[in-house]
Amino acid sequence: MILPFDPLIVILGTPAAAAALLAIIPSYRVGAWFNVLACLITLAAAASLFFAERRADDFLLIDDLNIVFIVLNAFVGFTTSVFSAGYIAHELESGRLTPAHLRFYHALFQVMMFGMNLALIANNIGLMWVAIELATLTTVVMVGIYRTHEAIEAAWKYFILGSVGIALALFGTILVYMAARPVVGEGLDGMVWTVLIKHVAAFDPALLNVAFVFLLLGYGTKVGLAPLHAWLPDAHAEGPTPISAVLSGLLLNVALYAVLRFKLLLAANTQAIAPGPLMVLLGLVSVIFAAFMLYRRRDIKRFFAYSSIEHMGIITFAFGIGGPLANFAGLLHMTMHSLTKSAIFYSVGHIAQVKGTQKIADIRGLTETHPVLGWTLVLGVAAIAGLPPSGLFMSEFLIITSTFARAPLLAILLVLGLLIAFGALLWRVSTVAFGEPTGSRAPTKALYLPMFAHLALVFTAGIFLPPALVAWFQQVAQSLG
Amino acid sequence: MNGYVFDTAHLFAGGLVLVSFMMLYQDRLHALINVFALHAVVLSLSVAWQAYTQAAPHLYVTVAIAVAFKVLVIPIALHQMIRRLGIHREIETVVGIGPTMLAGMGLVALSMMVMLRVTPEADPLAREDLAFALAVILLGLLIMVTRRNAVSQIIGFMSLENGLILAATGAKGMPLVVEISVAFSVLIAFIVIGVFLFRIRERFDTVDVHALDRFRGERR
Repeated sequence: MILPFDPLIVILGTPAAAAALLAIIPSYRVGAWFNVLACLITLAAAASLFFAERRADDFLLIDDLNIVFIVLNAFVGFTTSVFSAGYIAHELESGRLTPAHLRFYHALFQVMMFGMNLALIANNIGLMWVAIELATLTTVVMVGIYRTHEAIEAAWKYFILGSVGIALALFGTILVYMAARPVVGEGLDGMVWTVLIKHVAAFDPALLNVAFVFLLLGYGTKVGLAPLHAWLPDAHAEGPTPISAVLSGLLLNVALYAVLRFKLLLAANTQAIAPGPLMVLLGLVSVIFAAFMLYRRRDIKRFFAYSSIEHMGIITFAFGIGGPLANFAGLLHMTMHSLTKSAIFYSVGHIAQVKGTQKIADIRGLTETHPVLGWTLVLGVAAIAGLPPSGLFMSEFLIITSTFARAPLLAILLVLGLLIAFGALLWRVSTVAFGEPTGSRAPTKALYLPMFAHLALVFTAGIFLPPALVAWFQQVAQSLG
Repeated sequence: MNGYVFDTAHLFAGGLVLVSFMMLYQDRLHALINVFALHAVVLSLSVAWQAYTQAAPHLYVTVAIAVAFKVLVIPIALHQMIRRLGIHREIETVVGIGPTMLAGMGLVALSMMVMLRVTPEADPLAREDLAFALAVILLGLLIMVTRRNAVSQIIGFMSLENGLILAATGAKGMPLVVEISVAFSVLIAFIVIGVFLFRIRERFDTVDVHALDRFRGERR
């Protein structure tokens, strides 16, 4: 099918143009809805990719793998912009932000979307690196936007660790180019992913191995894998909640996508080390570490940030195990986690606003004071904990069964981590949602639609997945090897 | 392979590692900034030499950026900044000089062992460049972890980035080098502006455990 427009130009051009316009729109209300509109256009263009032809040139690439990421990115970006429109007005009323800040915030939101879309579409590993750096930089600024001592501390930590991560990733990228140069020749070709994957079998395996270690550590820092995760909880807790939602739901995925692309390169070279075991190790460490850390959290946003580390660990683990079934489960889990976690953050954002605190100890009896918010939080946590019938139950079940068939010991460790995290999640949500109510009972002016939409999708997916989607994911899972 | 082409490139790349070592033991901020400027000078010479021998005129843009930005603008701005922040007399001693130097030597040995072993096929120039570059990167990381002051952490990061530029220019014909050096300059400008605007002095202003607990939201 031939589209009357080029979806790639829309996907990249809309956020870029919107960022420029939002920077000059003085009214924050107009800005917020314009932000929503821009995200909607991007989403429509992203959805049209399903019908667009696959293509690859020196800089841009569309294949089955990245369409999944782009559509997910555009969808969560859109719902977050809707949530943000309702959320941010309250921040203005409470005086935490000024209209000038909001103008800046909306423009940066679009710059961030641009960076993430570019990273996902890039066919050039150098361009992908630059795009991820851009997305990181904008989120750093957004994390520090409240300018409190804590927020600046968090932004600084994120900045330093993120910069070291991207520096290591760049060194890995240079090494990949060095490995490619003797085979594909000098110049641009040596950085074009589709060219690399075609010739990777002839690359020097030793150089590729070292490159992958740097890339995994570099981009792994951004995924938030365990020994490199230190920036993540602070950045989630201190920034505005819409940013926590996109960090967890999107930016971590984008970094994981970069790791996957390089994993594919390594897997196609038979003499290089198998990338799987390294990813399994990092993933497992993240799951178990985060599961234990969940028990000690006192801040609700920080609590869910650790849950994100756990889930990114599960996804990395699944892709590390590999094979059609585990890859399928990994893709499904990634999609479900993005939807559920952002829904939880939407809910938590309103809760923190109405209660005026993020401390878990000060929030009790939510289902009584704010039934809608309380129950969406309960549902979201039930989903993220992997209770049936949520989509996460299905994906976790698939990951565990496929691992059991191949490496039972690893599966047992994973189950252990999941159970520990499960306990922490239920324990915390029971204190927050039930019990003697505390704090303000004031009604919220929340816009519930984004969280309802996400949770509905997650629970529907647990019961029924459209065959077309299953076929699509299976095809992608096959290509992931 | 021309003997002198190789030797000169080797001289500059090795010089960069040496200057990285010099940074390790500077305990005064002004001196550290001056040594960093020297680091950037050596990097510019190295990149200029690569541009000349590879006949790659676009690399001169990278040289120009390095000279203008890292030799002049950033050091001058940092000198001003530490005076404004009132931290120019501070002396940093987080880890002793002896252990730091030993760790630095270990890192250089490590990078030689890793890079020279895995690149026997590559041409010798790129190979040695890569090994030196990795050494500079690791030394930059070492500077960052042994310092607590935000300004010296930035300097550590910039020296790390110099190592990356060295690697990128050593990889013959690598595309996007100029773009990457521009992207890095933007990043660093952001950091410097951020530090100045928010007067960040240290990663944690205090070693008071209670303050840290509050910061992590651990306290009830």
